Amino acid sequence: MTDVYLDEKYTGKLSNYKDFIKTLKEERRKQKISGTINVAYDAEFDEVTVHTCSGRARRPLILVENGKPLLTDDHIQKVENNELNWQDLIEQGIIEYLDANEEENALVALNEKYLTKEMTHMEIDPIAILGLTTSLVPYANFGQSSRLNRGSKTQKQSLGMYATNYLLRMDTDISILQYPQKPLVETFMHDVVNFDKHPSGQNITIALMSYDGYNMEDALIINKGSIERGLARSFFFRPYRAEELRYQGGLVDEIGIPDKEVKGYRSDEDYKYLEDDGIVYPEVKVNEEQIIIGKTSPPRFLGEMEEFSIAANTRRESSVSARAGEEGVVDNIFITENAEGNKLVQVRLRHQRIPEPGDKFASRYGQKGVIGRIVPQADLPFSVNGIVPDLVFSPHSIPSRMTISHLIEVIGGKVGALGGRFIDGTTFSAESEEDLRKELLELGFRENGTEKFYNGITGEEMEAQIFVGNMYYQKLKYMVANKMHARASGRIQLLTRQPIEGRSKGGGLRLGEMEKDCLVAHGASLLLKERFDSDKTTLHICESCGMVAIFDNIRKKGTCPKCGANAEVNAIDISYAFKLLLDELKSLGLYPKISLKNKY
Amino acid sequence: MTDALVKEYQVKGIPITLLKVASEESARKKLTAKQTKKVFQKLEDKYMFAKIHPGEAIGVITAESFGEPGTQMTLRTFHFAGVAEVNVTLGLPRLIELFDARKLPSTPLMEIYLKKPYSKDEKYLEKIISKIAAVGLSNILSEIAINLLKSTIEFKLNKKRMRELGIKEEVVIKTIKESPKGTEVTPKNDRYVVTPKNQDGGLPVVYLLKEKIKAIKIKGIKGIEQVLPKKVGTEIMLIASGSNLKEVLEIDEVDGTRTISNNIFEVEKILGIEAARHAIMEEAETVIKEQGLDIDIRHIMFMADLMTTHGTIKGITRSGITSEKESVLARASFETPIKHLINASITGETDYLNSVVENVMLNQPIPLGTGLPGLVTKLKGKKK
Repeated sequence: MTDVYLDEKYTGKLSNYKDFIKTLKEERRKQKISGTINVAYDAEFDEVTVHTCSGRARRPLILVENGKPLLTDDHIQKVENNELNWQDLIEQGIIEYLDANEEENALVALNEKYLTKEMTHMEIDPIAILGLTTSLVPYANFGQSSRLNRGSKTQKQSLGMYATNYLLRMDTDISILQYPQKPLVETFMHDVVNFDKHPSGQNITIALMSYDGYNMEDALIINKGSIERGLARSFFFRPYRAEELRYQGGLVDEIGIPDKEVKGYRSDEDYKYLEDDGIVYPEVKVNEEQIIIGKTSPPRFLGEMEEFSIAANTRRESSVSARAGEEGVVDNIFITENAEGNKLVQVRLRHQRIPEPGDKFASRYGQKGVIGRIVPQADLPFSVNGIVPDLVFSPHSIPSRMTISHLIEVIGGKVGALGGRFIDGTTFSAESEEDLRKELLELGFRENGTEKFYNGITGEEMEAQIFVGNMYYQKLKYMVANKMHARASGRIQLLTRQPIEGRSKGGGLRLGEMEKDCLVAHGASLLLKERFDSDKTTLHICESCGMVAIFDNIRKKGTCPKCGANAEVNAIDISYAFKLLLDELKSLGLYPKISLKNKY
Repeated sequence: MTDALVKEYQVKGIPITLLKVASEESARKKLTAKQTKKVFQKLEDKYMFAKIHPGEAIGVITAESFGEPGTQMTLRTFHFAGVAEVNVTLGLPRLIELFDARKLPSTPLMEIYLKKPYSKDEKYLEKIISKIAAVGLSNILSEIAINLLKSTIEFKLNKKRMRELGIKEEVVIKTIKESPKGTEVTPKNDRYVVTPKNQDGGLPVVYLLKEKIKAIKIKGIKGIEQVLPKKVGTEIMLIASGSNLKEVLEIDEVDGTRTISNNIFEVEKILGIEAARHAIMEEAETVIKEQGLDIDIRHIMFMADLMTTHGTIKGITRSGITSEKESVLARASFETPIKHLINASITGETDYLNSVVENVMLNQPIPLGTGLPGLVTKLKGKKK
């Protein structure tokens, strides 16, 4: 007897599970019961599981009977003539959806080539074994699987036209590519997802060669002329918001240019771009830390107000200013209400990002790198025809990573650019490399994609033939402008008096334990001390009890809280963090006694 | 002539062994007095150059010398040592268990060398191996079961296997009877029936007895599971998985001067702390060499010295080396700070701030490198 579970609930027993499953499937295919029902038999536990619930990932497959797919050429003809549609095929029981569980009982052929008598289903197209982003990688079956993984991952980080209504949106940390293009070498999936409506890269000319070592270790060399012509430029958007919040006692925030009496008033210079309503006007260039929305808040504590209530208005300045290190042009301003009905002002800054050394780029095959150098067009190598590459890619990135698809795309892109057509690079059913090479030959180029090149600086002919072609390159969202950070002095933590952490707060760069070990290993004792001087404090220690004492600088007299006045007190320079440790020890009930001795 | 030179340079602090080699070599090459002098001068230069300066941070450099290649070590745990199908833990896991001074290595192993006539001829091998390799009762059983009704254990011996191993039936029965004493063993057809001494315990007792009987050692040395011969040059030696240094060394045919275990604690117990120091060095070096890395022997020596300098083996852990540190703050800065601080305050310890960590904590110059020497000057007009 076989147990039956309906939506993971035990419902009964069966004497002949095979018949049961068969009827259930037949009824489903005949549309007598819902098409969303899936049934599976688990041989290990001898149980039948039926699922009708929502939330199961299901995928369509073509049914196969006696080694022959039920979908015939006749059907395909009818679909092409718009006599049949997808729903009809499902209703006729030609295509059915399986869930993960039922898939365990199915034997699925990749395509007609693999069909045998035992097969129960066939893939609609072999590309269906890949996910959406992965099937956007052309010639994926010519590369290593891990590179395919990385390639589809970088596509998600690429800049492009993520939404056509981006001008009306207030998304955080978003960029738009200025001249996005549809890839020359595309896949079937690009059409399916309307990739031409939201492209995310540009077709550029690349040369596979090293150039003065500036493309070592995955760095890229970019043509300055190309950048000046608009290659890989993007807009970076940063929204800022201010709300008129309501507090206890009927107090409210006020958006507007703050009065001069307001606590924390900045200089007039800071407010100069604000209009009468306290908001910057559009298309004004805002520098870092300049005020975008002027705002004042009521005093934080009521007591505060009573104390200084001579001038009744002791409001606080709480304006919104551009982030440290981020400038831009005011792109758009929205004045609305939030859910509570308070006034809400949102301002979006736009900043043009021109490629600079350190910006990250990637092809679609996990070949990512950062700009190592931007070279003037005149200094770059050129071909017989006078073609100067947009990007110089290091050949050392190829052998160990085995990204053959990267190389095929270069040839494909070249054929596409010269032949004026798009190349189909759909995984498993792409245009063959041989055909591309033949076409390239017909177009008057060497079939292996190489060309004679000349050194751009000396004009000498290069000994090697250089592999050039066109390919789709993506600018990724990681740009140096968002990453670079340095600090000389700045804010410190209240507790430890050590520098605060984090780029956005202008924090320090930590010299960690292992870095400390390096200085120790070099015996650079005084350098090490100086590096850790950030929380240096002077402490006065009582000679008799060894506790922290007080030194009166005017009377030149020491007072110890324990031993009383006129204690003998000596000063030591120590890190504040250690003073904190001593305090913590005291709070543990331990008595850390410091006894001083002359160093020499 | 050279004797005078040797004496002269010995006073300068050059080790006598080096000087002896230099003088012997000079004599052998028939160098002139002038040339010999030059040799000694060069020797002094080289020796002085190789010396470590005062204030050199050898501890940190050793740590970095192990730490950096450690990051490159493959985390591959198993290594099949050629013919001998013995799994040996190597790589980072082995290095960690070695320096942590774990009581038992994850793969105990022995290298057993044999004395002269036995190491040359294969005919002695079988006899020696049967002396060493432990044979448990489970190895010669063909069947063992509990009779649930009678609360007895029935087993059948594998006679063929016993003949191969040269084990007599009476011996086996006698051993079972003695462990624990009073256990009754009676023959029944081709089987034996074991009746537990105390019958009250019921089935759990019978079950425990069954497991106990299975583990009984019939022959060989306890702890040694497998012995495999290996040819090294013209010599035959044995590799044993499992370790029991004491009993192996008691075997007459074994060459006790070269036989070693990879269990450093066993080496320490049987051969002493100096042998343990050497064992640590050898083990660490094997791991490093096997990974194709190169760490200077002096770093390994320093680690081994550090671990054995207290007379017992101490690991580089909070319960080992670190607990021996003089400074309270240094101990507190490495794991379980509160424990160290409280214990220190109970006993009233004093921290003299003599080493690195404490001074980093207090932001004082560390007493190493440029921070070690002090400058003393006589002030003008002031006496003393």
